Amino acid sequence: MGRTLAEKVWDAHVVRSAAGEPDLLYIDMHLVHEVTSPQAFDGLRQTGRPVRRPELTVATEDHNVPTDYTLPLLGASSITDPVSRIQVETLRKNCADFGVTLYPMGDAEQGIVHVIGPQLGITQPGMTIVCGDSHTSTHGAFGALAFGIGTSQVEHVLATQTLPMDRPKTMAVTIDGDLPDGVTPKDVILAVIAKAGTGGGQGYMVEYRGRAFEQMSMEGRMTVCNMSIEWGARAGMIAPDQVTFDYLRGRDHAPSGADWDAAVQYWTGLRTEPDARFDAELELDAVSLSPFVTWGTNPGQGAPLSASVPDPAEFVEPADRVAAEKALAYMALEPGTRLRDITVDTVFVGSCTNGRIEDLRAAAAIIKGRQVAPGVRMLVVPGSMRVREQAEQEGLHEVFTAAGAQWRQAGCSMCLGMNPDQLAPGERSASTSNRNFEGRQGKGGRTHLVSPLVAAATAVTGRLSSPADL
Amino acid sequence: MQKFTEHTGTAVPLRRSNVDTDQIIPAVFLKRVSRTGFEDGLFSAWRANEPDFVLNRPAYRGASILVAGADFGTGSSREHAVWALNDYGFRVVISPRFADIFRGNSLKSGLLSVELGDKVVQQLWDDIEAEPALPITVDLVQRQVRWIPPASMRPAEEPERSQVHDFVLDDYARWRLLEGLDDIDLTLRHADDITAFEATRNPWSPMVGI
Repeated sequence: MGRTLAEKVWDAHVVRSAAGEPDLLYIDMHLVHEVTSPQAFDGLRQTGRPVRRPELTVATEDHNVPTDYTLPLLGASSITDPVSRIQVETLRKNCADFGVTLYPMGDAEQGIVHVIGPQLGITQPGMTIVCGDSHTSTHGAFGALAFGIGTSQVEHVLATQTLPMDRPKTMAVTIDGDLPDGVTPKDVILAVIAKAGTGGGQGYMVEYRGRAFEQMSMEGRMTVCNMSIEWGARAGMIAPDQVTFDYLRGRDHAPSGADWDAAVQYWTGLRTEPDARFDAELELDAVSLSPFVTWGTNPGQGAPLSASVPDPAEFVEPADRVAAEKALAYMALEPGTRLRDITVDTVFVGSCTNGRIEDLRAAAAIIKGRQVAPGVRMLVVPGSMRVREQAEQEGLHEVFTAAGAQWRQAGCSMCLGMNPDQLAPGERSASTSNRNFEGRQGKGGRTHLVSPLVAAATAVTGRLSSPADL
Repeated sequence: MQKFTEHTGTAVPLRRSNVDTDQIIPAVFLKRVSRTGFEDGLFSAWRANEPDFVLNRPAYRGASILVAGADFGTGSSREHAVWALNDYGFRVVISPRFADIFRGNSLKSGLLSVELGDKVVQQLWDDIEAEPALPITVDLVQRQVRWIPPASMRPAEEPERSQVHDFVLDDYARWRLLEGLDDIDLTLRHADDITAFEATRNPWSPMVGI
């Protein structure tokens, strides 16, 4: 029987396999940021261990950094929160001490860890990639096996370039057919999560298959794979194809010359064999998909924008009913309210889910020549400094600022509010990020997850809207 | 890593499912660079905003076992969630289902995560609420959770009878916890295998900074 894509990549990285033990898996690239690494580097110091392969390790500052500074920067002094500043300075010292390449705040290559990997060509098909961040699944868009790890595992990878892991099961998510107009990759993944539930992917390496995914750009595929963790999947992958190769060719760390040809030949073989079997399968109908938003406090609590806030009484499972009641209380929403009637205070465009150039272009195309509604604050935060520069070359920043939006420096920003970009208690956002958990974007803040198109349209009307409503 | 063999303590019933790691410890508490001192962040929003939240009730003070609903620890990979539970004094978390990353993190930091069925968790909640001082034993050697339901939870004519429930944990993870073994030490025993593997890697594999 043939193997799936995930199994092929897994098998190619097994250093050691023994009965009754997890496989020892080689890690091709380890991405590091300031929040989940300090204790790992400390562990190395305490045990006197070096970083085994500094050249397979790359660091950036993204979670803590402010996005309202002006260049050039003087050290980390623009971080006003002393605790955040210490964390960033600690990363700088750790990278210097252990010989790890770091892209610091203000650097032309700085950005969200999951945005800079692909744009530098570091993310390639068939690789194993880890990071102390659950959205590492993003890199699976290239046919890499990529997953988030905890700080103990960060230390383990720094010290050994491997991880002991039990092989997860495999699942296929298939959407054949073309997506209807106005339906974006974000809508697709929100619909998948709503269907499967937040624990539906638990224990699986998921492969997204079918024409709907094949037709997506690399940016779109990254949006889909990024949110794999939001339904519990260990990893999300899409088989590499010409779209992948075209994206990679010529990037800084992509192979060149004879290496490129050899690489493409190898990557072309990274497909699930026709006779391979998945442990589970899920199918969605492309035609049934439409712009999708969340109404609750986990990413599975979503519905088409055309729907209304559900009545918790309609949920069959008692646990779902209780969760819906709690969510509506937190979100201050009444059952039966049309989602289109929900007004917002803030619109956030950015994050590792939707902070790439294509996302900014999509939002700009909608907002161009229009104005952000009175009383609404719109933040546009590029996923990386390169994305920011590209957007400025295309004049997108002028589109946003002319509409009344704020144009920021790169970072994670309001996705998780570790920096000053936060919702105030009771504030409501339409956000292109990945989590609508209670307090995620700021204590007491209320989040609706949306696509960049819905975010831009919502900024204009002040209510959850799609471009068709304008 | 701290060894874990058997633990007996009182428990806290957390009747909530989908407890994500942003609830266990919000991002603003993740700025410390040390591995300890995260207890203040544990469930901080719920502790601050809900006077009746279980951890605010004096009856559950000193508890060392957390009994939660399904899908505990979803979301962010932050190991700080495990550290916060450890720092607050928990040794065990029981839930019908854990998110993968949280589970891995807990077992690497000496916090035992135990999966028990929905019905067993329901009964445990009921029994703990009837008797908050109820001692519960979590035995990693036998892979069992045991407790004696309080008298108020059984008909008068029935004799006292222990609840004994087996849980699943793979032999390897169990062995590491029982011995308190360091994962990195275990892996470095195979350093030669790693070096041999490295010689076979694709020549175009990306490298940064050289």
